[in-house]
Amino acid sequence: MYQTGIDQALVQKLVQATKNAIMQAQIYLPPDVKWAISHALERETSPVAKGELKNILDNVLRAEELGLPICQDTGVPVIYITLPPEVPYCQALFDAIREGVRIATKEVPLRPNVVDPISRENTNDNTGVGMPFIHVRPDNQLTITVLPKGAGAENMSRIAMLLPSEKAAIPKFVTETMLIAGGRPCPPVILGVGIGGTFDQVASLAKEALLLPVDTMDPFEQDLCDTVNKLGIGPMGLGGDTTALAVKVKHAFCHTASLPVAVNVQCWASRRATVVVPL
Amino acid sequence: MNVTDLRTPLGEEVLSLRAGDRVTLSGLVYTARDEAHLMMEERGIPFDPKGAVIYHCGPIIIDEKVVAAGPTTSARMNNLSGFLLDQGVRALIGKGGMGETVNGQLRGRGVYLAFTGGCAALAASSMKCKGICYEELGMAEAVWILEFDRVPLVVGIDSEGNDLFRTVNRKAKLQFESLFT
Repeated sequence: MYQTGIDQALVQKLVQATKNAIMQAQIYLPPDVKWAISHALERETSPVAKGELKNILDNVLRAEELGLPICQDTGVPVIYITLPPEVPYCQALFDAIREGVRIATKEVPLRPNVVDPISRENTNDNTGVGMPFIHVRPDNQLTITVLPKGAGAENMSRIAMLLPSEKAAIPKFVTETMLIAGGRPCPPVILGVGIGGTFDQVASLAKEALLLPVDTMDPFEQDLCDTVNKLGIGPMGLGGDTTALAVKVKHAFCHTASLPVAVNVQCWASRRATVVVPL
Repeated sequence: MNVTDLRTPLGEEVLSLRAGDRVTLSGLVYTARDEAHLMMEERGIPFDPKGAVIYHCGPIIIDEKVVAAGPTTSARMNNLSGFLLDQGVRALIGKGGMGETVNGQLRGRGVYLAFTGGCAALAASSMKCKGICYEELGMAEAVWILEFDRVPLVVGIDSEGNDLFRTVNRKAKLQFESLFT
């Protein structure tokens, strides 16, 4: 069934770890995200916005109690794995992860979201050509991280190839992204911002920024977050103080003639989970 | 803040609701996304539309049990909702608000109710599945008959054309201009 490269026992462990990471991400909102929503509720002044934030926290609690997905848009699985030196980079890893996604689709269950981009034919198992997208980097242990990404927020994401002289335009681009999005990405959002790299790299950085904890922000991130919140879009676009829970930024060095910027919009249901696979 | 309890089928009581009011809704509600709207327009509405409520939702329902049923983006139905309101539908539920066409179609007739986006588990624990129409459209696109039990909603657009989303968007645009010019 699988090509050689890693043994069957490890393949099975990776299949299970993928399924477990997806299940955990879909049902349990990470503590730092829950904290950010509770913290926002304490500070929120709009009665409508408070009601929305209470609904969200109530929903998070019920998902945990009932073992149900937090949101019916269970997204597409974005996968990050780390490989220790003793695990070879091989096709079997990818096949095992795809199998884990198929099993999770049945067992969580997940909504079958993955389709052919043109014919829109649904594979019904959340896998397809190039899907899930699997990012690999070296580390000391084998881990799998799942970031289920819903379409409402993903569709509002933007990229800009700014001029090197336009550094000051970064806050404007980030805030404008939220202005255009309005209530559509299910605010309060988390904005993952990539700065630098190349056209493709900056989008990856923006998405990776969504893996960072949201209970702390550096002064640049805090400034961006405060500016976005001045828009007053509020939870679900119904108005309020809480438009963004956090802005998180990741950098890479770039060409001297470039300044790529990407904003990956994430809904309040910022789901992510990491499972360590014992060797 | 007062919360008004509503029960379907809805009548003229919706006309006194104002944008920003909080309500709870109980009783039968019908889900419909893009495909269901097209199907109902072509082949007919499979339920009594008088006082009915449409829920923009593509749920996960397994063995007639609601697993997840939060709202989908209503704007996709901006140009598909007129025939429903013409035939007596009193409320549309979804997220993100709707356009000027629907705003006009709701005048003197009904309201748009916003349900907190992503709250699928909250929805699942306050909704029961009572049946399905146009099952051939598949799980997400079929018309599901759901029984609501005090589902918390906010009036997004009222029957006088007041639109919370539009007001918020206008303010956000002015704020953006003052921040960056």
